[in-house]
Amino acid sequence: MTDTPLVIAGKSFSSRFLLGTGKFKNKKDLTDSIVSSKSEIVTVALRRIDLERHEENILEYIPAHVTLLTNTSGARNAREAVRIARLAKASGCGNWVKIEVINDSKYLLPDNQETIKAAEILSAEGFVVLPYISPDLYAARALVKAGAAAVMPLGSFIGSNQGLKTKEFIRVLINEIDLPIIVDAGIGTPSQAAQAMEIGAEAVLANTAVATAQNPAVLARAFALAIEAGRLGFLSGLPLQLSLSQASSPLTGFLYNDIPAN
Amino acid sequence: MNIIINGTSRQLNSTRNLSDIVSAYCKQSRHVIAELNGCIIPPEQWGQTSLKDGDTLELVTFVGGG
Repeated sequence: MTDTPLVIAGKSFSSRFLLGTGKFKNKKDLTDSIVSSKSEIVTVALRRIDLERHEENILEYIPAHVTLLTNTSGARNAREAVRIARLAKASGCGNWVKIEVINDSKYLLPDNQETIKAAEILSAEGFVVLPYISPDLYAARALVKAGAAAVMPLGSFIGSNQGLKTKEFIRVLINEIDLPIIVDAGIGTPSQAAQAMEIGAEAVLANTAVATAQNPAVLARAFALAIEAGRLGFLSGLPLQLSLSQASSPLTGFLYNDIPAN
Repeated sequence: MNIIINGTSRQLNSTRNLSDIVSAYCKQSRHVIAELNGCIIPPEQWGQTSLKDGDTLELVTFVGGG
């Protein structure tokens, strides 16, 4: 069975794994992980240049064929997110933006309302907008109206590696929203990524898990394989879960005639 | 002349343009984005953009992020 490509804003991707570039111990791990992940979309952030410490430019370590998705991390409201997105666009590195608005420092949960406001403004300005949200049907519907290119609901607390705690809410978005649903945040293991794909997510984004693994490039590859496996599982039309046993082998034509004793 | 670059006040001896500032403070100008007093200045205009006392300049670039 061959899969159709992931299509976002008219652009096709053969990989359904988006990789974040934060927290890597060194640049070699980052480049190796992007290569082994086969990711075609990677996220980056925008920050003030440290004028005392001449840091290396991260873009030098990202293969040229990859689509850059700049996040608006650090934004506490729609206005700040819009400002960051415009700055990113001015770099000439494309107009794809992951809207991320967080104004709670304890849980780091995204502010859906401000995210919607930013999505409206940035879509109108021609940005390809991928908003990161708490999985909520009404917010997702508002984002469709706002012109978002995809919706990125969180699986669990960002950076927590807790997996797909919001599974049933994400399932609602998958069923009801006519945009690619990309599960973002909290995905800590390949099996969790596979689970997201099995329920019909179009793609998964991971960062912390890969970046903080002992061997990031190996885990990046494992994620890629799990995402492909989960996707095939979804496409296969998974059978239902049953509450009782059902024999896998036929229950007739035994080599003996008596019924097995309990 | 006093200008604020990335939140820190800095004393500049002579009048300089944005291009000079970027060369002085950044390792490389590639992928540097400059915002002067809230307005984004494209790199091709840096040479003609002179700074004046009290200006606020933000110099940003890409870093790793999720």
